[in-house]
Amino acid sequence: MDLLNDFSPGLFVMQAIILLVLIFLLAKFAWKPIMQSLNEREKGIQDALDAAENARKEMQNLQADNDRLLQEARAERESMLKEAREIKEKMISDAKEQAQVEGDKMIAQAQAAIESEKKAAMAEIKSQVATLSVDIAEKVIKEELSSKDKQLKLVENMLGDIKLN
Amino acid sequence: MMKKNLGITSLLFALFVSVQSFAISDKEHATDHGGEVNTKEEVNEYIQHHLKDAHDFHLFSYTDSHGERKHIGFPLPVIVWSSNGLQTFMSSAFHHDDAGNVIVEKGGSRFVKIHEKIYELDKGATEVAFDEAHHPTNAHKVLDFSVTKGVFGMLLAGLLLVWAFASLAKQYKNKSVPTGFGRILEPLVLYVRDEIARPNIGEKKYQRFMPFLLTVFFFIWVLNLLGMTPLGFNVTGNIAVTFCLALFTFLIVQFSANKDYWKHIFWMPGVPVPMKIILMPIEILGMFTKPFSLMIRLFANITAGHFVVMSLIALMILLKSSFGAVGSTGISFVLTLFITVIELLVAFLQAFIFTMLSALFIGMAVAEHDHEHEHDAHGHEVSDVEDVRENFV
Repeated sequence: MDLLNDFSPGLFVMQAIILLVLIFLLAKFAWKPIMQSLNEREKGIQDALDAAENARKEMQNLQADNDRLLQEARAERESMLKEAREIKEKMISDAKEQAQVEGDKMIAQAQAAIESEKKAAMAEIKSQVATLSVDIAEKVIKEELSSKDKQLKLVENMLGDIKLN
Repeated sequence: MMKKNLGITSLLFALFVSVQSFAISDKEHATDHGGEVNTKEEVNEYIQHHLKDAHDFHLFSYTDSHGERKHIGFPLPVIVWSSNGLQTFMSSAFHHDDAGNVIVEKGGSRFVKIHEKIYELDKGATEVAFDEAHHPTNAHKVLDFSVTKGVFGMLLAGLLLVWAFASLAKQYKNKSVPTGFGRILEPLVLYVRDEIARPNIGEKKYQRFMPFLLTVFFFIWVLNLLGMTPLGFNVTGNIAVTFCLALFTFLIVQFSANKDYWKHIFWMPGVPVPMKIILMPIEILGMFTKPFSLMIRLFANITAGHFVVMSLIALMILLKSSFGAVGSTGISFVLTLFITVIELLVAFLQAFIFTMLSALFIGMAVAEHDHEHEHDAHGHEVSDVEDVRENFV
């Protein structure tokens, strides 16, 4: 094939003009708006993805916050329960102790009362015994001193005991 | 669905019948009618003729019942710059003559058409005289700005592109995702942007070259596809067209090139001085061989494709004597179908390669070299080009 002979300068010029016009027209009416919208759309998609990612992260944070709060609440409940238990035990032991003390005190009082009653009873008994003894002694003496001899003898004895100092 | 199938079947039947009747009528009019294609030489000439640009839009020819050869098609305007200034007339003035027999007189100039070239007869000459090599001796070529079949094809492709992509652009005004045909176009645009422009030119600079790359890609592809229709365009298989396309790439590369590019051509950094001197002419030659390879590759691939497809179709006629009308048609049909499918791929591939390599050359010209690694980077890029070339040539 005779390439150089086939080459048509006129066709070349027409092609150059057509291509130039075509590039210009398409650039103005097609490529520019198309590329722009594509870029915008891609940017929009990217933004949406970023926003979704952010929302996910935020969600995660919230979740973590919730978890933390729950944990804290649980711990607080735990501590409160523990405290309550402690208080309960303390109260019980306090009560026990107090009861013990009270009981001891009552026992002591009772013992003291018994002691004093005993003493009183003993004193009563003593005074009764004394009265009885005096009565008996009176009767005995009355019996003893019924004759003059006996009286004189006693005086004698007593005077003997005194012995002038 | 049934109706559609029925339609296709009847269409195929009609086609079959018409091929049969065509074959019969061929047999009946076996004598020379001029324009009928029956022998090897005629087939060869017909293919050669098709591969050239044409001044009228010829769809098909047939011989009517009176034994007269009829040509179906329409004429295209002829616009030539002759010695008497700009002349215009319709190509029908030549009456389908392509051998220089019909002389058209216009504005004081006499024109003849020989092998789809318009010649102007020298002053005083009344008919064309040929020398031994069948070159006219008393006529000269004129600058031919005619709306030839090729130009018509380009205008058609251009209109298609403007229509398709302007409507796609319009769609984006109302919605962010196109519907219908735009859904097919959008991925192609994205493909050119993301697979061709971005990786080869670089993220920062690719946008400036997108209009050129997109236009060239779709222009070549649509023209390649138009060439596969029965309309018989052979635009991208025309050396003037591919030359123009390659020239655009060449000019864009040279005018957008930065300082580094010129430095690498005239005074390659990082090599000893004798090497710099040896490399300079090689690099200068490289400036031109790159677009030259673009021009030849597209031209050769498309021309070869047309040649092969037409040759296979011609088998239908050439094998008729040995296989019968049905047999030769079957063989030709199967082979042509096979090659046509490959050609469909080639149509895309060549548009892709042209755009891809244009982007690569532009990318090399605008690349900002890191000065410490510039030599490596450059060497790597060059080997890339070679790889691509080897893969596709």
